[in-house]
Amino acid sequence: MKRSNAPIFWGLFGAGGMLAAILGPALVFITGIAVPLGVLLAPDAMSYANMMAFAQSWIGKAFVLAIVPLFLWHAGHRIFHSLHDVGIHGGTGARLICYGGALLGTLITLWALLSIGF
Amino acid sequence: MSKRRPYTRPMAGWWRKNPFFVEYMIHEGTALFVAAYGVVLLIGLVCLAQGEAAWNGWLATMKHPLAVIFHLAVLAMMSYHSWTWFKIMPKTMPPVVIGGKRLAPAMITGGGLAVTAVASLILLGLAWGLTR
Repeated sequence: MKRSNAPIFWGLFGAGGMLAAILGPALVFITGIAVPLGVLLAPDAMSYANMMAFAQSWIGKAFVLAIVPLFLWHAGHRIFHSLHDVGIHGGTGARLICYGGALLGTLITLWALLSIGF
Repeated sequence: MSKRRPYTRPMAGWWRKNPFFVEYMIHEGTALFVAAYGVVLLIGLVCLAQGEAAWNGWLATMKHPLAVIFHLAVLAMMSYHSWTWFKIMPKTMPPVVIGGKRLAPAMITGGGLAVTAVASLILLGLAWGLTR
């Protein structure tokens, strides 16, 4: 019997969902509200020099690699399974968009982190 | 083509008939916001890789009032995701037995939310301390 690949996608969904639950709100507040509006954090907190130093460090790379792809895998899996609930019985096409999008995002993340250098 | 047209119950708007399903659809809907935020971060990362001008362009876009309103919506939906994630967790995780007794659902939900609160403070503290 062929082994199911479901645990892999469920695992990525679960890991992304957990990260989004624990770090998501604070992260959105930092990057989307505090820094753009200059409240609580310094307006230049996300300056080019700061963010390059962050993205060039191993910790920064690991953080970005955990957050961005796992958020996309979490969302892709959940959206794929919700399509049924809104009356779209998607097959291969929907799978390709949801999981393919997450995979593409993962590859772009890897490429960007590599081209930023160490 | 068969002439039989068996009755099929219409499915449109099924979830609006029950508050439980409305809540379910909203928490499933948080995925759209998680995806959108992931894409925003990804675009930022690509801009960072392209150099200082591209990065500053991304930062300027983040300052646009529409971007801030968008992020306020993402913050609300992401927080709702946190809340429902831990609320549902007692039902989705294997039972935890401590000292012969099953861990109460409220402990799991409360524990998750407490971890979120502590992690948020640590993240904000790090961002504040490292960029001052």
